[in-house]
Amino acid sequence: MPGPRDASAPLTVAVTGAGGSGAVTAGLILLEAVAAAGLYGLLRRSAGPQIRGGESAALLRFGPEPVHCAGDRCDLLAALDWANHERFADEIPLDAGSLVLADPATGPPPAAVVESDTRLREMGFSSSAAERDGGRANMVAVGAAGALAGLPLAALLDAAGRTLADKGQAVVDAARACIRSGHALAKPEDRLREPVPPPPAVPQRWHINGNEAAGLGALRAGVRFVAAYPITPASEMLEWLAPRLERLGGTLLQAEDELASVNMLIGSAFGGVPALTATSGPGLSLMLEGIGLAVASETPIVVVDVMRGGPSTGIPTKSEQSDLNAALYGLHGDAPHLVLAALGIADCAHTVAWAVQLAWQLQTAAIVLSDQSLGQSRMVGEPAPATVPPVHHAAPGDDGPFRRYSVTEDGVSPMSVPGETGLAYTADGLEHDPAGAPSSRAADHAAQLDKRRHKLLAHDYGPDWAEITGAADAELCLVTVGACRGAVVEAAERLSEAGRAVRTVALRLLAPLKRQALLDAVGGARVLVVEQNHGAQLFHYLLAEQALPEAARALARPGPLPLRPGEIAAAAAALMDPDGGSP
Amino acid sequence: MTAGDADSAVQRHKASIPSLKAKDYKSDVKPVWCPGCGHFGVLAALTKTLAHLALPPERVAVVSGIGCSSRLPAYLAVHGFHGVHGRALPLATGLKAARPELTVIAAGGDGDGFSIGGNHFLHACRRNQDLTYIVMDNEVYGMTKGQASPTTQPDWCRSKLTPHGTGIRRFQPAAIALAAGASFIARGFAGDPNGLTRLLAAAIEHPGFAFVQVLSPCRTFRPEQQAWKQQVHASELGPTHDTAQAAELIQRDDGLSLGLLYEQRIPLYAAGVAADAADDLTAAERLAAIEAEHCR
Repeated sequence: MPGPRDASAPLTVAVTGAGGSGAVTAGLILLEAVAAAGLYGLLRRSAGPQIRGGESAALLRFGPEPVHCAGDRCDLLAALDWANHERFADEIPLDAGSLVLADPATGPPPAAVVESDTRLREMGFSSSAAERDGGRANMVAVGAAGALAGLPLAALLDAAGRTLADKGQAVVDAARACIRSGHALAKPEDRLREPVPPPPAVPQRWHINGNEAAGLGALRAGVRFVAAYPITPASEMLEWLAPRLERLGGTLLQAEDELASVNMLIGSAFGGVPALTATSGPGLSLMLEGIGLAVASETPIVVVDVMRGGPSTGIPTKSEQSDLNAALYGLHGDAPHLVLAALGIADCAHTVAWAVQLAWQLQTAAIVLSDQSLGQSRMVGEPAPATVPPVHHAAPGDDGPFRRYSVTEDGVSPMSVPGETGLAYTADGLEHDPAGAPSSRAADHAAQLDKRRHKLLAHDYGPDWAEITGAADAELCLVTVGACRGAVVEAAERLSEAGRAVRTVALRLLAPLKRQALLDAVGGARVLVVEQNHGAQLFHYLLAEQALPEAARALARPGPLPLRPGEIAAAAAALMDPDGGSP
Repeated sequence: MTAGDADSAVQRHKASIPSLKAKDYKSDVKPVWCPGCGHFGVLAALTKTLAHLALPPERVAVVSGIGCSSRLPAYLAVHGFHGVHGRALPLATGLKAARPELTVIAAGGDGDGFSIGGNHFLHACRRNQDLTYIVMDNEVYGMTKGQASPTTQPDWCRSKLTPHGTGIRRFQPAAIALAAGASFIARGFAGDPNGLTRLLAAAIEHPGFAFVQVLSPCRTFRPEQQAWKQQVHASELGPTHDTAQAAELIQRDDGLSLGLLYEQRIPLYAAGVAADAADDLTAAERLAAIEAEHCR
């Protein structure tokens, strides 16, 4: 593993503090400074359930290459205070190589920090801030941490101006004065990185979180109606969409509950207007009956599930991939539908847009799995290009009478929308005949079941069903889904650097499963299925679909802690070398 | 959209088509209803209403949930959606929000609307979208063979599910609609097709959420409702625009008085509906501007 002074390796900087201490604002400014320095970054947030006043942590990982996951350890921690620090201890792994900046005014560090054998530097964030009119300790910490992490002072000052612009020039000036003070407090011999030379031109990159990217994907694909019921951690997607939909002539409607919101989507789509909602596990459970109606009535809708710890109310503010079973198997009856998973923050835009397109092409419901670690983490990175054209419904042709549910070669029937003369029909959740009239006849049931399955299986999904890295003749294949992709790919890179041929397959399309394509991608390699849940839900799904070779294994661990590249690499190495040895 | 716009939308529709008869709004699907079911009267009154208002069938959508009365859309030659139990109103709400120029009618029964869909009833009343909601109230779950509904008398003992009666007080549709903010509340009777047609026409033309409770006897499970024919009567006060008066009227009411009970012109639901943009950008330029917010 590269040492911390290797300038190409990403660096992790954490800022922690009590509610109101501005730890998250400090993280946002550091992320902007990373961008201004021409680097890539990923800012994760950790907060408790408090509405206001809870402690929070900003965890920034950055470097000269795109950053897609949390690192194994924390290089630099700036503790504005030690309030409830033990809640973060697991999320901010400190070791003898870590450097901790602590304000002596807030008391001695907790035992866990002292025992971690880390280097401690006392730094008077609050006393230094007090010397400035309107000064704040978090801005001193930005200056000090930024200096030690090799971020240029000019980038930090520029970032403060961008981030705090809404608060007025006096606040920006005070922040910049504090950043200069902090920068001066940092001792050159403590530097983890030499200062990055300023880039000739700051590259155009996305500054976006997964919830915003998902919303953007929806707009790109032509979604113009959103029904919204607030839920953590999906609400920001809905809040981001509200004003922007309005600018595009669309509508966002706050529903009374998720039972309502999913049925509102069906109403909108029946009217020909592409519709989407965002929710999390509990809301998904409430929507399942409506999603089944969309399947049976062949009405295209898209539900984005920003997953959090479950079951029940679970851990609303923390990430987990434990809704796979609900998304795959939650519907009653034989109800084939689409399940997709976004593979990264920027990919939320692509996957959601693709889901909208597929839902309209195939006239069915699509569930898109995101999670808190994508939705609420902010990146500076490469944009997802807009590759999916806006959707339209498949209008009936002139050949013969219009039969809404006619059994066609590809299973997709002509669809009309209100306003089209002579094409009225009644959409129905009751089983129906090809014209849409309710029917309990065996032949109609079999024909409609076949058609609804066939249209999904016969579709050509192209190469987007998965993202694949590594050689085809690898000895090990890491199969994963969703947000785990970042850590899996990084683990594979480390193993490859150590001479082990490792392939990764990250599934974007979970249902219908591209079984043969997956088997082909895996080839003769051993398989480790990597996922962030307790029940190994992906592993069991792939087993049930007979999509795994013999002796496949699972690395399944629940949230809220992220799966880290180091633990994945270690599990992979153990599988390849059961008698010990390391990559 | 303003109330005036809604009125003129109806006018435009009237002008655009040759006259259609009530039968032109009927489909050729045969109803599953029992002989003598009140819902036949509602179907007849609704098709007469659509013909009277000269609404082009392609501009009308009727949305329902589950139950005997919720079969209604399939029997009409307009656009229809027969959804899941209790969710007619949200589906209608989404359709109307996406396609405000359509005439959207939600319909169903007392179990669908007041029990499993009760929350949506409250919020649809509050929201005051330009929708019409017809509840065919027969005080029983018919499709599941005769269980007590929210409007069933507490001492009605003929359901095997509640052999001692429900013991809980009846849901008061009109009073609850008023308290929840509905801007049009009427009660009709399936056995009075002309009166019901007038009420449905007024409800559809009302710019806002119009709730019409239709007493619709269930011959099979509530044969005693055949007496409604003799018991119903015109509402003593007639329509009022005053909420306090309406509250008093509805509270004193025996549940069998017919007519428009309350109507008020209040602003239509507009939250989340796009105002005309002040700039003259194209849609593509607006989307590009949104993309640019995150790219720097």
